[in-house]
Amino acid sequence: MGTQGKQILDLRLTGVERLHERYVLLRAVNPEGALPPMMAGQFAQLRVDGSAGTFLRRPISIHFVDEERQEVWFLVQTVGEGTRALARLSAGDTLNAVLPLGRGFTPAREGERLLLVGGGVGVAPLLQLGKETQRAGAEVTFLLGARSAEDLLQLPLFERYGRVFVTTEDGTAGERGFVTQHSLLSAERFSRIAVCGPKPMMVAVARYAKSSGTPCEVSLENMMACGVGACLCCVEDTTEGHVCVCTEGPVFNIERLKWQI
Amino acid sequence: MADLRVNIGALELRNPVLTASGTFGYGLEFEDFVDLSELGGVIVKGTTLQPRQGNAYPRMAETAQGMLNCVGLQNKGVDYFCQHIYPRLTHDTQFVVNVSGSSPEDYAECAARVAGLERIRAIELNISCPNVRDGGMAFGTSPEAAASVVEAVRQAYPKTLIVKLSPNVTDIVSIARAVEAAGADAVSLINTLMGMAIDAERRRRVLSIGTGGLSGPAVKPVALRMVWQVAHAVSIPVIGLGGISTATDAVEFLLAGATAVEVGTANFLDPAISVKIVRGIDEYLTRHGYASVKDIIGICE
Repeated sequence: MGTQGKQILDLRLTGVERLHERYVLLRAVNPEGALPPMMAGQFAQLRVDGSAGTFLRRPISIHFVDEERQEVWFLVQTVGEGTRALARLSAGDTLNAVLPLGRGFTPAREGERLLLVGGGVGVAPLLQLGKETQRAGAEVTFLLGARSAEDLLQLPLFERYGRVFVTTEDGTAGERGFVTQHSLLSAERFSRIAVCGPKPMMVAVARYAKSSGTPCEVSLENMMACGVGACLCCVEDTTEGHVCVCTEGPVFNIERLKWQI
Repeated sequence: MADLRVNIGALELRNPVLTASGTFGYGLEFEDFVDLSELGGVIVKGTTLQPRQGNAYPRMAETAQGMLNCVGLQNKGVDYFCQHIYPRLTHDTQFVVNVSGSSPEDYAECAARVAGLERIRAIELNISCPNVRDGGMAFGTSPEAAASVVEAVRQAYPKTLIVKLSPNVTDIVSIARAVEAAGADAVSLINTLMGMAIDAERRRRVLSIGTGGLSGPAVKPVALRMVWQVAHAVSIPVIGLGGISTATDAVEFLLAGATAVEVGTANFLDPAISVKIVRGIDEYLTRHGYASVKDIIGICE
């Protein structure tokens, strides 16, 4: 029937781990068999059950795929009623997901030096991207920003795939300030940059990338309804006009965007 | 299995379930989830004579049991549809083009270009989009304006002409009667209900143009009432839509007098819901001993 490989699956949760007051890690398997192939930067539309105030699915990025266990991970920040309901799930519960959706980051080539910049829950897709990038024979450097040391998530996992530099706004870990103020950016050059995080942070990194002549991709999180290119709600203004973030993105080269950078 | 076939004018449908314009793309977007040949038809997204960029982001707000949108008819224009999309619509189902415009001439010209497409046997005339200033709903809110557009399109379009009605009116029955008199083969209703969302924390309106169209289960009782009223007032077929999320919802619209239904926003929550509704209607008919879906149209007491 389909050719694009998107599936609606009743996943079974194998683990629900509260990493932090505002973050929960969901791990899930497909009880019917293997998971469809997924790429870093793609996302899933998760159905939220048992929450009267939640109508639409929630788009959540693929945090990590454990191929051996055929397990997919989602890092969820509890920002509203829908994500809080997801955080209330327990191991053994069913998680209905439509996946994989969207276009992910451009795969790395051997010998490239990639800088992966993340802020807040935006670090989520970078773990899978770090793994895929390292596997491709490219060099991985993470630059992760957070408000405070306690907001830095999954650091030991990121360290498996490359060097990790951090900034915190209060100086409790790494260098004090924003990611764009980190000394790494003036000390080293990279062949490409991939960014996911709050928009002001992505704009600042995009500005750095442009000024240093480094190709750069950003992952957008415009509000969406369908996730499959039908409702046209999540559009971003690009050099080709309005395009759906859910199908043309969520990852975009900054050259396509009309950001003031 | 019950006989699910219905006719909308000269348009023969395998079953009474269509997907609503703007909620199912061109059908192609849902091929991973749905075998399109199991559907009665696919009403493709709103098409205009000229390409339109639509409104600015944000275009969507989640509401209680529903959502607001103000997409504003973003599409690449009818010529792009004819040249690039139509050749890909070869599936064994009825593709219906939703046509919109900003003047009766616009509508008629757009319809005339679609009339040349052999596999498109019907259009749905959108005189009810609440999200564009220049036309759309302006034509659907008075019987005279609605009739003027339908008359112009009727001249240009010989195949099945469905007119999609706006609920944002005082008396939908008078509009339905006017478009019937002007030559419509069927009416579909309801389009979205105009609404608004406000972000209390930021003290501003959520949608880029301030207002949007409400859809989803929240609007179903309103839609059902209007379908009932219109079905009792006109003799052309009525296609019911508005918040249909289950087979039972669809059956309620059929009982109210709709000959077919459209599934819209529910496609966003479950991309395979449309075919599940087809199967559910069949189960309902079998369970109640009806041989044909036609046996339950408008039989609600």
